[in-house]
Amino acid sequence: MDRDATADVNAPHSMGTTIIGVTYNGGVILGADSRTSTGLYVANRASDKITQLTDNVYICRSGSAADSQIVSDYVRYFLHQHTIQLGQPATVKVAANLVRLLAYNNKNMLQTGIIVGGWDKYEGGKIYGIPLGGTILEQPFAIGGSGSSYLYGFFDQAWKEGMTKEEAEQLVVKAVSLAIARDGASGGVVRTVTINSEGVTRNFYPGDQLPLWHDEVEAHNSLLDILNASNPEPMST
Amino acid sequence: MLTETSDVPKVGFSFDLCSRNNMLTKKGLKPPGYLKTGTTIVGVVCKNCVVLGADTRATAGSIVADKNCEKIHNMAPNILCCGAGTAADTEAVTDNISSQLKLHRYHTGRESRVVTALTLLKSHLFRYQGHVSAALVLGGVDVTGPHLHTIYPHGSTDTLPFATMGSGSLAAMAIFESEYREGLTRDEGVNLVTKAICSGIFNDLGSGSNVDICVIEKGKTEYLRNHLTPNPRTYISSKGYTFSKKTEVLHTKITPLKELVDVVQVGGDAMEE
Repeated sequence: MDRDATADVNAPHSMGTTIIGVTYNGGVILGADSRTSTGLYVANRASDKITQLTDNVYICRSGSAADSQIVSDYVRYFLHQHTIQLGQPATVKVAANLVRLLAYNNKNMLQTGIIVGGWDKYEGGKIYGIPLGGTILEQPFAIGGSGSSYLYGFFDQAWKEGMTKEEAEQLVVKAVSLAIARDGASGGVVRTVTINSEGVTRNFYPGDQLPLWHDEVEAHNSLLDILNASNPEPMST
Repeated sequence: MLTETSDVPKVGFSFDLCSRNNMLTKKGLKPPGYLKTGTTIVGVVCKNCVVLGADTRATAGSIVADKNCEKIHNMAPNILCCGAGTAADTEAVTDNISSQLKLHRYHTGRESRVVTALTLLKSHLFRYQGHVSAALVLGGVDVTGPHLHTIYPHGSTDTLPFATMGSGSLAAMAIFESEYREGLTRDEGVNLVTKAICSGIFNDLGSGSNVDICVIEKGKTEYLRNHLTPNPRTYISSKGYTFSKKTEVLHTKITPLKELVDVVQVGGDAMEE
């Protein structure tokens, strides 16, 4: 029994995950859940899967936590050098291609799906999806992670071109919460990052503020009550 | 011709004992397991300090190999690291990175930062693709404030206000999830950590014996070795175990080794001072 437990907690850390990136009229919004699991244990219930590469480019990470962290560290380093050499902020296309090169050339050893999103002055807001094999696909919206399976139909119906920032944000939060409701490997809180010409805004939606779906019940006597009682501020990122 | 009394070591691995080991395994003898630290290790960020805690049991299979081992390792004067997993791996990796940090301190002339230790550890562990079985809780206070991180054997890291690792992590996390609040004082933090480790000690078979605590504050690190010893060795009599009389010396014979062994001068250069 204790052998199983040991194997479990030291097992490769994978992010079950639901990650989303959508473009809107003026920028992009990246969204993700916050659950990191090792086997059946939730190792981190408040992880931040949306990582910064530069001031204007962020990525959503899914798959193996170690692999995606290393890839994002390398790409951040390359982009930093590139920015110095170029003399101006890197474009989203360059960032996405750097990720793609690492993912494709190490495809046998890496197990990570990444969504790159950002804003630059040439192309505006762009989303690039880089799934497991190292393909790069520029898309108006991208979904990834184990929870994304439940969102294909939802996006087919709910997605439209040229949404406003508020509409897009609502869409992302709704989508992530739908996936959390159905996917065991996704959960926790919903984090979103909005990137446009004005800059970057981070948002945080704790689990009890998300809409309830079919058969879901309101939380009673949840830990969140204890937290709210002693300190009204939410956990900061 | 050089005559040598000592063997020149053969280059490479000597496979002489492998056939013997195979024969023994065929006969049914189980090879000794790796020394693992079953372990409960925890860390908590308090208002302006970090409190780390660990149990003190080291197991080899189902036998307790060490009843009072030290699982909290020094990385820097202001950074400490609790280690779970294979004991040799946690010792080696923390010693290695601790040396690298010291060289870095000499090079930069500054106090080490927790993120530096974090990056060095995660790069090392990722390079070994999880074969270095070390799961660590890294905590410290540097110029940027108090930090707490967990590092998994495959090289992924998490930054958390409270963290547990090891086989007793679920028991300890249960305590944290019900009693952690933001802005704990030093004493509240120490009590919470003690409680969490005790939960691991009493509810997890891989953890046991005593509670080690370490409190890291700005400019001060306190290592409370065996802060709590809830598992004392009990004896039948309250006086403990004593010998009733001294052992008598019956006969003494001293044989200097020079008479038994021939010391030969080997031809060649003498060692230079």
